[in-house]
Amino acid sequence: MIRVENLVRKFGDFTAVDHISFQVGQGEIFAFLGPNGAGKTTTIKMLTTLLRPTSGTLQIDGLDPAAHPHEVRKRFGIVFQDPSLDQDMTAYENMELHGVFYHVPRKLRVERIELLLRLFELWERRNEQVKLFSGGMKRRLEIARGLLHTPKIVFLDEPTLGLDPQTRNQLWSHVKKLNQTEGVTVFLTTHYMDEADRVAQRIAIIDHGKIVAQGSPQELKQQTGKDSLEEAFLAFTGSTIRDESANVSHDQLKAMARMWGNRR
Amino acid sequence: MSVIYVLWLRELRRYVRSRAQIVASLGQPLLYLLALGFGLGPVFQKAGQGSYVQFVAPGIIAMTVLFSSIFSGMGLLWDRQFGFLKETLVAPVPRIQVMLGRTLGGATVAVIQGLLVAVVAFVAGFRAVDLRSLPLALFFMALIASLFAALGTAIGSTIQNIQGFQLIMNFLVLPIFFLSGALYPLNNLPRVLGLITSIDPLAYGVDGMRTTLIGLSHFGLTADVAVLAVVAAALLGIGSYLFSKIEV
Repeated sequence: MIRVENLVRKFGDFTAVDHISFQVGQGEIFAFLGPNGAGKTTTIKMLTTLLRPTSGTLQIDGLDPAAHPHEVRKRFGIVFQDPSLDQDMTAYENMELHGVFYHVPRKLRVERIELLLRLFELWERRNEQVKLFSGGMKRRLEIARGLLHTPKIVFLDEPTLGLDPQTRNQLWSHVKKLNQTEGVTVFLTTHYMDEADRVAQRIAIIDHGKIVAQGSPQELKQQTGKDSLEEAFLAFTGSTIRDESANVSHDQLKAMARMWGNRR
Repeated sequence: MSVIYVLWLRELRRYVRSRAQIVASLGQPLLYLLALGFGLGPVFQKAGQGSYVQFVAPGIIAMTVLFSSIFSGMGLLWDRQFGFLKETLVAPVPRIQVMLGRTLGGATVAVIQGLLVAVVAFVAGFRAVDLRSLPLALFFMALIASLFAALGTAIGSTIQNIQGFQLIMNFLVLPIFFLSGALYPLNNLPRVLGLITSIDPLAYGVDGMRTTLIGLSHFGLTADVAVLAVVAAALLGIGSYLFSKIEV
């Protein structure tokens, strides 16, 4: 379903993704793990048509995202790591807009919106503007929205960041169900190793833009001789803390946006 | 429901919900209309040109449409900042539809803002000479709004930070306004200034508004419509192209 060969992405002199190769089979749950700044999100952006690779080849369902962005976009759904909701719209309107974007027929759209908003306990507050929501509620809405249509592949970029155990549990059961009943391929990243261990069938670990290990959770533990995936992960990537390079213009814009009080 | 329609509706909903912003964005045109209208009125009258409020109101309405439409186009910067842009960029819909929905929504909002200022102008004593020409005046507002909303989208697709925003404001938007003849007649201008105003698309918009509302024409209606339509079409094309190339 996903084929990546010798993929490279540079930002100026900095190589964020450095000749990585991996494959994800149809119906597989694949976890892409790595410390902060390792290149996970950059890889997801290239897979989801948001960034062009510097070199290397990419295929989603046999198609190159750079050459056939529109066809590729029909095949996946994504929950982004950063917020991507329209804060001025209500929860329901955000869901509805997404349903129209992904051509979910009206009747099915209404049904699924209710189902998902109830599942993630947002139904009671569906007519409130998203900017009034707490961080956890926004996150839940992002996830509910990402699952509204049933794509061939779902990308989940740290979906459980900042969520309580109850919601995490809901999310993973729902994702597993989608995977089993609809055969949806899942590509996820997370910093919670227990989640990866529980959900993923196969794992790749990326560090400094290079893939340092690949295999099932069991295999990774065996290779390092550790009992838990967390220990295995630390054995592969070391225990120093990473800094993500700050994006200057992004931060300035953020400061400005705060000053202007979320005007737009 | 089509993508263009839902994105158009989104712009309208955002507009209606931001009441503080509506009031704030009307402050400047009202100041121009009332302070300049009545402040410069006596001088204008002495020069034998009649009522200045009558003369300047179409220009101020055009200015309102200009500011509102160009900033709604540049609202892309905020969507980029708050992340919603990503949601629209990965969706399996042609980006030209996304661009058109946003741009038409921004243009519609700009026309509404222009109408609000027109109502205030009416209260301040402005009267159109021929009521039958009002639909044509509305058509000119729509042309101005589409043209500059497309320009705003083109700019919003290219620049990524707030410094760029200031630069655009001071070196593009304000010159477009001040050189359009919104505040002064275009007759008997110094040669260079006259030349510059003739390449300012807003000058044709203001002229069209003034022709239809108070019967005072400089370029002629045909020239006004032709220039605005051609430039608007070109900017919609350029805006769509630049929007389709956005990476985040």
